[in-house]
Amino acid sequence: ENVDPQNTAFLLRKAWTLYSVTPLYRFHRARLRDYARLLSAFIAAEKQKGLAVEVGVELDIKVAVSSLADLRGSEQDQAAVLVQLSLRSQASSRNSEDKLVWSGWFCSVYGDDLSENVPEDFTCLPLFLTHGAESYTSMVGSWFQKTFDCCFRRLAISPLNLSWMVAMWAGCKLDRAASAMELVFSMPHLSQPLDISYAIHPEDAKALWDTVQKMPGEITQEEVDVFMDCLYAHFHRHFKIHLSAAKLVKISTAVVSAHCDGIVKILQSQYLPGVLMLLTELAISQIQ
Amino acid sequence: HLATSLPLPSERDHFRPRIDLIVFMIDIKSKYSLKNVEASLAHVDASFFLGKVCFLVTGVGRVNACSIDTNAVCKLGETYCSPVLFCELELEGIRVATAQRLLRMLQICAGHIPGVSALSFVSLMRTSDDD
Repeated sequence: ENVDPQNTAFLLRKAWTLYSVTPLYRFHRARLRDYARLLSAFIAAEKQKGLAVEVGVELDIKVAVSSLADLRGSEQDQAAVLVQLSLRSQASSRNSEDKLVWSGWFCSVYGDDLSENVPEDFTCLPLFLTHGAESYTSMVGSWFQKTFDCCFRRLAISPLNLSWMVAMWAGCKLDRAASAMELVFSMPHLSQPLDISYAIHPEDAKALWDTVQKMPGEITQEEVDVFMDCLYAHFHRHFKIHLSAAKLVKISTAVVSAHCDGIVKILQSQYLPGVLMLLTELAISQIQ
Repeated sequence: HLATSLPLPSERDHFRPRIDLIVFMIDIKSKYSLKNVEASLAHVDASFFLGKVCFLVTGVGRVNACSIDTNAVCKLGETYCSPVLFCELELEGIRVATAQRLLRMLQICAGHIPGVSALSFVSLMRTSDDD
C-alpha cells in the first residue's frame, strides 16, 4: 500500500467515469508497447472507416500503455495499467508537447474475491476508470474487448453504497479547512425534477460519526444506518421533508465526491487506496 | 384495503371486516418505507404473526437504485417469523405472478383451502427458504 504520491498525483481531482471489466484473457505485461502500437493502428483504422466521427475529436492519436507498479492493494492484485491518448503535436518544433486528450486505467485493489477463482490465463483488473471524450472510451473499450475477450459495463453506485462512502469518510482527520459535506437527493414521483442539496459542516459530520462508530477502523451497516438516520431526522425537524424517501444521487466529502451514475473524483492521495478498494469491490459484485 | 401506515383509524373499526392477511410493502428505493413498516409493526396484534403477515419488497429490478440493505429486510422477516417476498412491480409478468401468489396466501389465511392452515403454510415456506 505504499503508493508514491508523485506517481498518482495525476489521478486526483479529476472526474473519473467508472466501469467494471471482466478478466482479460492472455494479457501479457511484457507486451505493453505492442498493445500501444496495435491500439494506435486500430484508432487510425477507425478514422479511415469514418467511424467515431465527432466534431472536435482529432484522430491523429499517439497511444501510450504503461504499468503502475505501486497501484495495487495486496500482492495478489495485478498492478494497474494506464492507457493514455495524446494528440500528436502539429508543430515540428522539438519543444511542443503532445496534448493528453484521454486517460483510462485498469486496476485492482484487494480484488482477491475475483482473482482467486479465475483460471490461469486470465488477468483480473476489474475496475476501469476513464477521463476524456466518450468516443475515445468507446474505441479503447472495443479494442480491449476484441483483443482480450473481456466485457465492459458502466458501474453505477447505489444510494446504499453512496451512504457507505459518506460514513466511511465523514470521520476522516481534516488537515486544513475542508469543504462542507454535501448530499444531493432527487425527489421521486414529481412531474418536474427536483433536487435537494443538504450541506453539513465537516466538523459536525465528523463529530456525529465519532459518536456513532464503536470500533475505530471498523464500520458496520448499523452504524451507517444510524448516521444517515440522524442526518435525515435533523433535516426533517427543520424542513418536514423525509429525505429517506428520496434517492441519494450525489455525495461530496473532503476525501471523495461520487455520483450514482458512476463518476468519482478523489481529492486526497492518502485515501486513494481506501477509495479504490471500495470501488474494486463494487466492480467485482457487478461482474459476479 | 390499503393503508399508508398503522394503526388504522379507529373510527371505522366496527365497519371493518375481519383481516386475514397483512402485507407490508417495502420499496427498495425508499429507506423511509422500511422505517414506516418497522413503526407500523408495533401496532399489529401478536396473533397475526402466526402466518397472517408477509413482507413484500418491491423495486428489486433496479439494483442500482437500492437504498436499503436487503439483509436487514431478511432479518426483519426472521424476527417476525413471516415470509419475505421480492418482486418488481414495473414488470407485468412479475406483477401478475406476485398478485397470484398473494391471493393464494390470502385464501389459505382466510381458511378457504381445506387442510392447510396459515401457520402450517408459513412453516412450509420457512423450511423451503432454508434449503
